[in-house]
Amino acid sequence: MKLEDKKRVLREMVLARRFEERCYQAYIERKIGGFLHLYPGQEACCFGVMEAARPGHDYVITGYRDHVHAIKCGSDPKEVMAELYGKETGSSKGRGGSMHIFDVKHRFMGGYALVGGPFPLAAGIGKGIQLKGGDEISICFLGDAANNQGTFHETLNMAALYKLPCLFICENNQYGIGTAIDRSTAVVDQFKRVSSYGIESAQCDGQDIDVVYEHARKAVDYVRSGKGPFFLELMTYRYRGHSMSDSRAYRSREEEELWKQRDPIFIVRDRLIDAKVLTMDEYHAMEKEIDAYIENEVIKFAEESPEPDVKDLEKYVFA
Amino acid sequence: MAEIMYWEGIQRAHDEEMARDPLVICMGEDIGVAGGTYKATKGLYEKYGPLRVIDTPISENGFSGLAIGASFIGVRPIVEIMSVNFAWLAMDQMFNSAAKVRYMSGGQLTAPVVFRSPGGTAHQLGAQHSARMEKVFMGIAGLRVVTPSNPKQAYGLLKSAIRSDDPVFINEHELMYNMKGEVPDEEYFHPLEGSEITRSGTDVTLFGYNITVHWCLKAAEILAKQYDISAEVVDLYSLAPLDRAGIKKSVSKTHRAVIAEEDEAPVGVGSEVIAIINEECFFELDAAPVRVHSALVPQPYNHKLEMAAIPDHEDVVNAVLKLFGKA
Repeated sequence: MKLEDKKRVLREMVLARRFEERCYQAYIERKIGGFLHLYPGQEACCFGVMEAARPGHDYVITGYRDHVHAIKCGSDPKEVMAELYGKETGSSKGRGGSMHIFDVKHRFMGGYALVGGPFPLAAGIGKGIQLKGGDEISICFLGDAANNQGTFHETLNMAALYKLPCLFICENNQYGIGTAIDRSTAVVDQFKRVSSYGIESAQCDGQDIDVVYEHARKAVDYVRSGKGPFFLELMTYRYRGHSMSDSRAYRSREEEELWKQRDPIFIVRDRLIDAKVLTMDEYHAMEKEIDAYIENEVIKFAEESPEPDVKDLEKYVFA
Repeated sequence: MAEIMYWEGIQRAHDEEMARDPLVICMGEDIGVAGGTYKATKGLYEKYGPLRVIDTPISENGFSGLAIGASFIGVRPIVEIMSVNFAWLAMDQMFNSAAKVRYMSGGQLTAPVVFRSPGGTAHQLGAQHSARMEKVFMGIAGLRVVTPSNPKQAYGLLKSAIRSDDPVFINEHELMYNMKGEVPDEEYFHPLEGSEITRSGTDVTLFGYNITVHWCLKAAEILAKQYDISAEVVDLYSLAPLDRAGIKKSVSKTHRAVIAEEDEAPVGVGSEVIAIINEECFFELDAAPVRVHSALVPQPYNHKLEMAAIPDHEDVVNAVLKLFGKA
């Protein structure tokens, strides 16, 4: 990745991190309801892969930890925040909520709340691309725990059988809700599980965006060239609990600290400082500027937007 | 107007729509090279090839989800689920993805996918191959449910379902694929909503759908000949939404109602129709509406037990006679 791209991506990653932290605060203030699954710690996964792909052109689908993926595809953070606030101006007009961000014009095909549910949908999007003859690829971001659903195996089989242009990204954050992977999954290396379907796969560090980017570039090229699906496993960690109702009793604070030593944002930041294209002062100034943007534009927009009209309750059920 | 079989109507709808639009595809178990368990996709594999006539692995939830995903970007898939009993496995994708995506995306995405599947008791297929499931599908927001009772509907409802921007579940019946009936020679689109008066009458309305329309017609014949009771038969080809206006209109005329369903009670078409009658025209009633339905048992294998579990036209006749104090 070029230095200027890395500098741009650092800014995007900081925005994603501060956006999510601000969601946390809004949730505590009860401005955001329902379930809220936050992304801090895993940023290099989404940004590394999408830098290698074509955001807004390639189709992206994911689970319920979906705010950042939508924003990276091109969604306006204001609309995503308004969705979390349940407002009519939200990306899904306040009908979806945190777990169901959609932005079809940017080819963000949605957040889905059944673990493993997006797998076959991603394959179907791949099938549609195959029929229509475009050069897009279908990218499915899911966590490690989704791989214990039947949809994982049913989808991998079909994706390989029909040679679909699908890139499966496994963000292995090592916990399925509150159960550690080695307590739920017989084979903890997820990339090994796909080999039985004859699908190309790789595993790499998910904290270092340079590593993610290099692996993702090869994977994207492979899929786009028509060779069939690819499965990339990224080893990562979510700093917060599974959702806001999670006290993280299943893991130690020491383990969390260890992962924070390899923070994906700090890795990029320090590398840019070492390369002398960024100073720590510039970084802090950028953080402040982003916080101001989130407060003065994103939150303001969400706060001031109208709620959906109750008379429109049944709108959008049928076409 | 040619007389063709129910399966031929379904096959013709596939063929016409696939010839018209290259993004109409079909998929399911054994539908391609094998030609389809009920011949509903006969000849299509040879004509349209493996990219559009897709033999799937036996992964009902997986291939249903694949069809839904493809429908998100403009493909119009027709999915055959070999038996409605197997559709239980696909309900996650049908309900959680297809039926809800339009709402939860604020109208951005729709899933214009058609699922077709036969249900019902055939010949001693046992508990796991004889279920009816219309009562489950008809209660899902965002999903249309239609159920053809004859070849014309089998053809015309599928044509309309393919063109619909909503997901549609078509409930067929194992015993009806070889039924013959007249189908227009020209292209025909059957409305997805509403009901049809199949036989006009004045004394009682017999509500049926799919195979039970034929029980009702047979019962009406017997009631007219042997008991001088004029029964109106209403075909509820749309189960979701049910035709409130049609139900009200007929019951307001006859003042009595019997609902025939092969599904077991409790919960079902019968209870929903009775609820609608109560809401729409309770004071028009001369007698409490009655439903005829299967016993609440897993379908038995033994033929005598099997026949005892499901109703037929005689049960409809007896239900009407009770309404008139004649039984």
